[in-house]
This record gives sequence, C-alpha cells and structure tokens, in this order.
Amino acid sequence: MKTDKIVISVKNLIKDFGSFRANDRLNFDVYEGEVFGFLGANGAGKTTALKILCGLSRPTSGEVMVSGCNVYTQSNLIKQKIGYMSQKFTLYEDMTVTENISFYAGIYGLNFKQIKNKTMQLLSSLGLEGEAHKLIADLPLGWRQKLAFSIAIVHDPAIVFLDEPTGGVDPVTRRQFWKMIYEAAAKGVTVFVTTHYMDEAEYCDRVSIMVDGRIAALDTPANLKEKYNASSMNEVFLGLARHTSNK
Amino acid sequence: MHEFKGFLIKEFYHIFRDRRTMLILFAMPVLQMLLFGYVITNEINHAQIAVLDKSDDYITRKIITRLSASGYFEIKSYLQTHDEIKEAFQSGEVREVVVFEDNFSESLNRFGTANVHIITDASDANTANLIANYTSALIARFSADEFNKDSRGLTIKSDVRMMYNPEMKSVFMFVPGTMAMILILISALLTSVTIVREKETSSMEVLLVSPLKPAHIIVGKVAPYAVLSLINAFTIILLGHTVFGLPVLGSFILLFSECLLFILMALSLGVLISTTTNSQQVAMMLAMVALLMPAILLSGFIFPIENMPFWLQWICKINPSTYFIIIIKNIMLKGSGFMAVWRETLILAFYTFFFLFVSIRKFKTRLT
Amino acid sequence: MSNPVIKGTHLCKNYGSVQAVRDVSFNVNEGEIFGFIGPDGAGKTSLFRMAATLLLPDSGNLEVCGLNVENDYKKIRRLLGYMPGKFSLYQDLTVEENLRFFASVFRTTVSQNYNLIRDIYEHIEPFKNRRAGKLSGGMKQKLALSCALIHRPRLLLLDEPTTGIDAVSRKEFWSLLRRLRDEGITVLVSTPYMDEASLCDRIALIQNGQILSTDTPDVVASAFEHQLFAVKARDMYLLINILETCPFVRSAFIFGQEVHVTINDYRNADEDKLVNYLSDKLADVVVYQTKPNIEDCFMELMSNKTKKG
Repeated sequence: MKTDKIVISVKNLIKDFGSFRANDRLNFDVYEGEVFGFLGANGAGKTTALKILCGLSRPTSGEVMVSGCNVYTQSNLIKQKIGYMSQKFTLYEDMTVTENISFYAGIYGLNFKQIKNKTMQLLSSLGLEGEAHKLIADLPLGWRQKLAFSIAIVHDPAIVFLDEPTGGVDPVTRRQFWKMIYEAAAKGVTVFVTTHYMDEAEYCDRVSIMVDGRIAALDTPANLKEKYNASSMNEVFLGLARHTSNK
Repeated sequence: MHEFKGFLIKEFYHIFRDRRTMLILFAMPVLQMLLFGYVITNEINHAQIAVLDKSDDYITRKIITRLSASGYFEIKSYLQTHDEIKEAFQSGEVREVVVFEDNFSESLNRFGTANVHIITDASDANTANLIANYTSALIARFSADEFNKDSRGLTIKSDVRMMYNPEMKSVFMFVPGTMAMILILISALLTSVTIVREKETSSMEVLLVSPLKPAHIIVGKVAPYAVLSLINAFTIILLGHTVFGLPVLGSFILLFSECLLFILMALSLGVLISTTTNSQQVAMMLAMVALLMPAILLSGFIFPIENMPFWLQWICKINPSTYFIIIIKNIMLKGSGFMAVWRETLILAFYTFFFLFVSIRKFKTRLT
Repeated sequence: MSNPVIKGTHLCKNYGSVQAVRDVSFNVNEGEIFGFIGPDGAGKTSLFRMAATLLLPDSGNLEVCGLNVENDYKKIRRLLGYMPGKFSLYQDLTVEENLRFFASVFRTTVSQNYNLIRDIYEHIEPFKNRRAGKLSGGMKQKLALSCALIHRPRLLLLDEPTTGIDAVSRKEFWSLLRRLRDEGITVLVSTPYMDEASLCDRIALIQNGQILSTDTPDVVASAFEHQLFAVKARDMYLLINILETCPFVRSAFIFGQEVHVTINDYRNADEDKLVNYLSDKLADVVVYQTKPNIEDCFMELMSNKTKKG
C-alpha cells in the first residue's frame, strides 16, 4: 500500500553521453508501496535512467537517492536493497526450480536456513510444490514469469524493478502476475515498472512518460486520461509522443 | 544468376565489415607464420662450416670459393680425413661439413657426374636443413652456371646426410601444418558460423522461401571463403619463402591445386557442420574441437604420428589434415610430383565428395 | 466469393511430445487482414511456418493460393512475402543494401516495385546509408516490411511484427498494413497484444495450439454472453481478493484500475447486489456495466476450454 515515505528521489538528473543528452533534468519521487510505471518509446532514455537508479551507472549531475542511498557514493549498498526482473532474462533453464531459488537467495546473502524457509514458502504460495525439482525449461512460460518475480523479491528488497514483465504472456497469467505485484506492493515493496506497452501502464498507481530524454507527463492513469481526453493510456502516449515530435 | 550475384555481394559485405572476421582472415595467417617461423628458424648468416676436399682440384676450389663468397658461410677449417668430421661436429665449431669425393673433376669429365656429400648436424634440425638446402642450392647454381653450355650434361650430385637426427622431425613442418590449420579455420569454421548466423537471425527462413536454390545459398556462402582461403595459402607460401627461405621444390600448379582441394574439403565440412546445428556457439565449438584441434595435434604437425599410441594413430589416419600435410611436405620440400601423392590426393577428394554429398542431402528446404 | 487465399483444415503439428498445433482450421480471404491473436507459445509461429511452406503439418490439409503446401511449395514461395518473428535483417548491411539484396534475391529491382513500398520506404529513406543494426525497432520493422514486399507478393505473412516496438511505431505500422490491404495484398499477421485485435478485419484467438474463436473482432466480442461489470475501489489488492472469494462472482479479472466481473446468475445480474456486498468491506466502491473487449472474450474462452478439457 502506498505511503507518504519517499523511497526514490530524483532531482535534476542529467546524464550525457558525449554531446548526447539521454536524460534531461528528470525530477520525480516514488513512494513506498507504490506501483510506479516508467514509460517511454524506444530510445527515450528509460534504460539510461533505470541503470542509474540500480546503481549501475553514475549520473552526469543531479541528486538521486534510492532507498536512502546516494547513487554516487553508495551504489553497492543500493544493489542489496533492490530486486530486478526482466522479461528477457528470467531464470537458468538448465537448473531446477529450487536450484534457481537457492542460487538467487544465496547471491543476496541469505543463510542456509533462510533459504530453506523461503523456498518452502515460495513454492507453496505459487503452488509449485510438485514442480520443485523440475527444470525451468520444462515449465510453461507463465509459471516461469511468476517464479522469476517471486525470486526477484526473495531477499525482501525495498524496491523491485520490472522491465516489461508481462509481454507475451497469456491474459489470465498476466492478471495473476499483476495480483502478485499488488500483493508485494501491499506489503510495502515499491514496484518500479519500465515498459513501452501502454496497457501495462494501466495497472500502475502512477505513471511517468518519457519523451526524448524528458519526463513529459507524470500522474495517475485516470488523471492522465482525463487531462488528455483519452480513453486509454495508449492514446495518452500517442498524443504526447506526437506532440513533442511535431515541435 | 542475378539473385546469386546479389547473394555474393552480400557475403563480401559481411566479411569486410566484421573486424573479427577480417582479423582471422588476414592477420592470423601472417601472425601464425611469423610465430611458428621465428620459434623454429634462425637466419643463416656466416654459418661456420668445414670442408673435406679429397680431390683439391680447380673445380672443387671454385665451388669452395663460391660457398664462402655467398656470405652465408664461413669456412672455418679444412679437414684432412673422415675421422676429423666427427670431431669437428662434437667440438661444436661447425654446423656442416662439405665433402668432395676423390678425383672430383676427373670423374666429372669422364663420367659426367661427381658427388658432393653434405653432412650437417641435425640436432638443431631446422638450421641443419636450412644450411643443407642453401649449400645444395649454391652448388646446383654453380653447376648450372659452369656446365650450362657443355653438351655433355655434366652434373654435380649433392647428397645430404643429416647426422644425429636423420629424419628431420619438425623442420619446416610448421609451414604445411600452419597451412592446414589456417585453411581449416577459415574454410570450415568461418563458413559454418556464417551459415548458422543466418539461422539465428531468422533470415534463413526468408532465404528459403525466396527463389534462391539451396545450391545457390551453399555456393554463395562458400565461394568467398574459397577465394580468400586460396589467397591465404598463397600468402603463407610467399611468407615462408621470403622470410624463412622455405623452398618450393615441386610444381606451383600442383601445390595450389592440392590447396584448393583441401579448401573444398574443409568448406564442405563447414557446410556439413552448419546443417547439423542452429547456434553459432555450437558451430564454433564443433569446428574447434572436431577440426582445428585434430588439425594441430593429430596431423603430424606438432607431434610425430609414429610416436603416438595405436588408437591415436588411427584418428590421425582418418584426419584429412594428415594427408594434406603429407602432400604439401612432399611437393614443397621434396619436390615430388603428382605420382608421389596421388594416394593422399584421392583420399582428400573422397572426403570432399562425401561431405558435400551428405551436406546437400541434409540441407533442408524446410525447417524441422 | 472467391476461394480463400489460405485454407487450413484440421492442422496438427507436434514437436516430440509437445502438441504445438492441435486440429486447427481457418480460412484467410483475399484482401483482408487476418490476425492470429494469442500469447507466446500458443502455436502462432508454427502456423506461420506452415503457411510459408517451411514446416509441414503432421496431419490436416493446408492450401495457400489454391496450391498444396507439400507439393507446390516452390510456386507458393514465389507468391509470399514472409517476415519471420525476431527477423532482424542483416545488421551489418545498410538500409539500402538490405533492400537491394532482397530485391535481387527475388529477381527484381527496387525501382520495379518502388510504388508499392514508397509509403513505407519514405519513412526510412533519410537513413538509407545507415546500417540496419543502428535503426530503432520501429524503423527496422518498416525496413523488414519493405524487404518482404519488394517482389509484390500476393500474400504477406508477418509473424509478430509489432513485438518489442513502441506504441507510436506500432500505430504507424498498422496503418501501413491497412494501406497494403487496400492495394489488394492479403495480410496474415500475428500478435500477442489483444488491443491490436480490433485493427484486423478478422481474427482467430489462439491458445495452447487451438483456435478458441474466429470471426471479425466485433462478432468475437459480441459472443460474450455474460453481463460484464467494471468495479473500482481504492484498494485494488483488497478488492480483487474480496471479489475472487465472493460466492456469487463467476469471474473477476483485473483490467488496469478496474476489475471486470461476471456474476453466476447472469440473467438476473444486478449491480446493486455487488455494490452492497462490496461497500461493507471497502471504501469508494464504484460499479457500472461495461462492454466486453477481446481480452475479456479471450479469458472467457480460455476458462471454457479448461473446464471442458
């Protein structure tokens, strides 16, 4: 559930690559327990900003705090407090379900007992007890995605970053997936979703839309639709993208 | 033919735009040659030799003058008896002893032929071979210069004897060996990888549904590498000759025909690999493990086959590179003609047809 | 009415023990945009490869342009323009070189059919000397489409052409497809995005190798026979949990900021009943009737299938 506590704070973030400005004075806050959508077309600068927030890249200038850590000086600390899941990379296909869980839990420093408990807990909540020793390769896509998300939050991170998490999965699984996201958010995890699929945006508490390195809009989906007189986030996005490219 | 031409142009774009491919194609052969070459060879410059001139007539003296005037040799001592030869070598003073037989010019005049024995210390086999080759080449040239106009067809026979390592292991073997390795690498590895890359990016599907025939695709993929491999074979021989003084005693045309045959064999093997796999990584591993390693290790290139355990000898026997190395060694170093290598040639030709046949059979016009 | 351009009857395809395509029958008519709508792994790519004659069905009959895919594959291949899924052109060739290459492979020239691709190519022409690998996703797809069209095919097969490209490019891509259809080219396209269904003339919803429904998007949507309610509340997670356990709720699926709900006794569907039930437990409950979309239908059909199967 969204609270008033700020977990990501970005002030005047600028990132240059040579003469190219990938992020141009970004300003936004993300709250604890919020599902925050970070949208933009290909090349709008989403990935650049995401890398900075994950502590993988240093901004050119600006103030960025992630879960109380400064991205300039405490990037290693940030990595312990976040989880990450991408649609492209999920899990090791040649390892079993439990092996994958133990591996990722181990990376984040959980001890043997914790891993054992987490594994049990995770398998039962996903209903995967019967598949515990199956290879990931033998699981249906939808299950893999759900498992990947559970593993991304196995170390109880403050923030979880999701990169196009539900692309290509069937509509029922997708909804189960979003229910899991809401469940995590209800427990206080901040969920940061980057995507260029506008229907994923409809599920977020608030969305920001990046166009050409800037944040062109930031609000709840309902307010944005109202403001741009659109029936869907897709229309909002098309309106914004076209508006700026006509400039 | 229009579509085939378009295909060829595209292949050359791929090759010339990929820095790694270009490096493998052009930098690697030169590097390998220099590397192997310099590890093994030294330049011949004022090599110290001894002479045992049992005849001591005007022709033998002329030859000795020619040898010392060449700049390659320095006559360190004149020996008197055969017994001194061993001593000379053991003292380490000289690397070669040139022995003229008794009554040299007399036998030359009377029988039309005379003998020079070139004895070298082959414990450093490479240098020994170089020196012996230089010596016999100089004597041959001398004989040509002197007796050219003589209708009797006089010849000086130089026979080379290697002491301490009569079979000359490893000498100049690096050239045929490097050639086998590089041709395998370029032909088999690069072609298989480029074909598989088309599968990975799905462009193979588009090519399959186009009017291009499977043969077009295979030949179009293979032809650029065949040409480039041949250029490489030429570069290697040229480099061997200019930098390391490696002789090509046999026929150039025969040498290149054999190279071409080996290239075709390697290419058809590359195509075969590509038909059996769908990922560049696997193709690369297959080519490396199944082709490159045997070409280096199990072909007599680095390790003599005779010293291997019996079962490894059998692998060497089915390894096409082994035969190619025998052929090249014979043509380049021994000056043999086709008759000396027809058996090996036949084996390579058989392999080529076999691989080609299998890969055309396996090349699918559909996906599975 | 003329014969269908693609006519598939009882098609099956297995890979080992995996049944990728299970008894699929469908027709694609001349001059229409026909879409396979379904998630990854539904069997869309297998069907495309069959239509492109690259894959033979294990059983069933498939005719493309009146020709049999097994015997007349060479003839069929000349009539096709095919863009495989994940097709990425030759990254190391420039835009122009790619186009020229595909023109030569199809025994034609760029100028010969330029009028057909002009609309598309104009978008990318400013970058014609750029390597294809350096183009944005949307540009790449436009170039790939130009390459597939260069020989003026009668039938265009596009396997997930809009996957991974942004909303603006997707919209442009679909309007290009409609223009091609108006030129008389039949288009078979696939997509995992339900919202793209309405852009097709006719669709087939596909899941687990089976077609769930096939018709025009409107007819498919109108087959949804239950009264559909949209429900909102302040706490979405609580809302969906309550709805899923509510005894008279038949189905509840999250749709963005709403939950789409059907009720067991749909003939006496009454939104008041829902409002009353929820208001006790949640704040700011809003319930109203809404029109089912393709995604609603898809999920409805999926659950019917699993109940039957």
